Amino acid sequence: MFEIGLGHYLTLGAIIFTIGIAGIFLNRKNIIVILMSIELILLAVNINLVSFSAYLNDLSGQIFTLFILTVAAAEAAIGLAIIVVYFRNVGTIRVEEIDNLKG
Amino acid sequence: MINLELVFSEIFLSLSIMALLLIGVYKKNSTNMIYNLSVVSLLIMLILNLNLFNSKDVTLFGNGYKIDFMSSFMKFLITISGIFVMLSSSKYLKVTKIFKIEYPILLLSSILGMLIMISSNDLIVFYMGLELQSLALYVLASFDRNNKLSSESGLKYFVLSALSSGLLLYGCSLIYGFAGSTNFDEISANIDQVQYGLTLGIVFILVGLAFKISAVPFHMWAPDVYEGSPTSVTIFFAILPKIAALTVLIRFLYVPFINLIEQWQVIIIFLSIASMIFGAVAAIGQKNLKRLMAYSSISHMGFALAGLSVGSNEGIQSSITYVSIYLFMNLAFFSCLFMLRKEEKYFENIDDLSGLSKNHPMLSLSLLIVLFSLAGIPPLAGFFAKFYIFLAVIEKEMYFLAIIGLLSTVVAAFYYLRIIKTIYFDDAKHKYDLNHNLGLKLSLTFSTIIILIYFIYPSYLLEIVSKITIL
Repeated sequence: MFEIGLGHYLTLGAIIFTIGIAGIFLNRKNIIVILMSIELILLAVNINLVSFSAYLNDLSGQIFTLFILTVAAAEAAIGLAIIVVYFRNVGTIRVEEIDNLKG
Repeated sequence: MINLELVFSEIFLSLSIMALLLIGVYKKNSTNMIYNLSVVSLLIMLILNLNLFNSKDVTLFGNGYKIDFMSSFMKFLITISGIFVMLSSSKYLKVTKIFKIEYPILLLSSILGMLIMISSNDLIVFYMGLELQSLALYVLASFDRNNKLSSESGLKYFVLSALSSGLLLYGCSLIYGFAGSTNFDEISANIDQVQYGLTLGIVFILVGLAFKISAVPFHMWAPDVYEGSPTSVTIFFAILPKIAALTVLIRFLYVPFINLIEQWQVIIIFLSIASMIFGAVAAIGQKNLKRLMAYSSISHMGFALAGLSVGSNEGIQSSITYVSIYLFMNLAFFSCLFMLRKEEKYFENIDDLSGLSKNHPMLSLSLLIVLFSLAGIPPLAGFFAKFYIFLAVIEKEMYFLAIIGLLSTVVAAFYYLRIIKTIYFDDAKHKYDLNHNLGLKLSLTFSTIIILIYFIYPSYLLEIVSKITIL
């Protein structure tokens, strides 16, 4: 029977992490997508931590996960607020048009 | 039994944040009072912090929180720079109409996060401190919310900083998995041979921390954020998070990862060389003073990293000395920037300084001192800062790093001297207002005098810093 072990979970985490990173850099359209990518990165970390925690029989990884979930929610809230403020000033949230500051 | 008196400063700060927030909610027009009260609470914290200097090294809260001489000294630096930042920027906030109750409270919460970061001895505690600091900083960067540039800089800082937190966390998860613990001391005991997972984790954590101190190649947020955010936030960005992140970097490199020094030394040397060269070269074409200071701080962080890469107690001490002097130089420079005000408008370009010496001889003199010190010209404090770094680097026979550092200093001297030329030899352009508040004058005078008279008794700072022994 095919057995799912630590390696599979880590691979899943690594894949989701990579998708998140790629989403930030390849995305040319919308900042909301970047927010979603950041959430993906944090969730990949959570998968890693929980699988390690189960593998090591050590609870601190799961506690870490709970903290990360809380912080991720706060981060998303602040990120959305900043996006709203930006949209009010400029009227667009297209990534390629965010170029008032350069030099 | 937990010795709670060792964390009185953090407890006091968090209680005063909550109390100030309540006052702000229930009392109308209380911004001025809250601003002054937050300066007072930082002062009280400074006094509480002074008691820590004599205590022995202890860990609290299940080994998650460490009080040692380095953490006490860095907390002292953070608090004192927080006080001066707040004193110098109150007028700026009023003129630019961002003098709101949230501002001092966000500053205080960010400082609280830094204190937790500095003392952390556990990955979880470290992460919580880091996020408390950065969440407050996201809001601060976009605090001038009707300004296009400020909100854009907040957005950029948010995206890049959240990305760096994500990378750092991924590194933390790998370290946890391969070392079997989140505690720094236990990680250090469990890491005895090189494993790919551990190396990968160290690389991710270093990338995340390099983002926070804006070392090249992870510097791209710094110039935009420095230029776009309000100057009162830029001065905060330029000083406090750098001190905190550098302390955490020292703690990471020399407590959990000390057995893998061959692995990370190359990375730190690379970051250091790249930052020194890039910071010096890229600043040449800049016109905006805040943007220029961003590149200058990148190059200064390169020097601090050079001290860290050495792997000896002298290296760490030289780095910490460098940061303490860097703090006063930046404080003095930005205080000068706050003085360039005419008819309720602030000026921040290099050509606005043109001919400043004709109308404002004293301001030009302090700018001269600060810029010479930033360039590293003896006998000012900036020279000694660089001198200690080179000493520590050469002692370990890393001549290549020292030569690169020296050459980049020469390049960097060009743009500092160009500003001085603009101040003293160009035609007079503006005549700025002279009615500055007392706090601004105080912080400019204090920091300039420290830069100027440091050479009379340089061993004072060295004696204090030499008590920091990590290895």
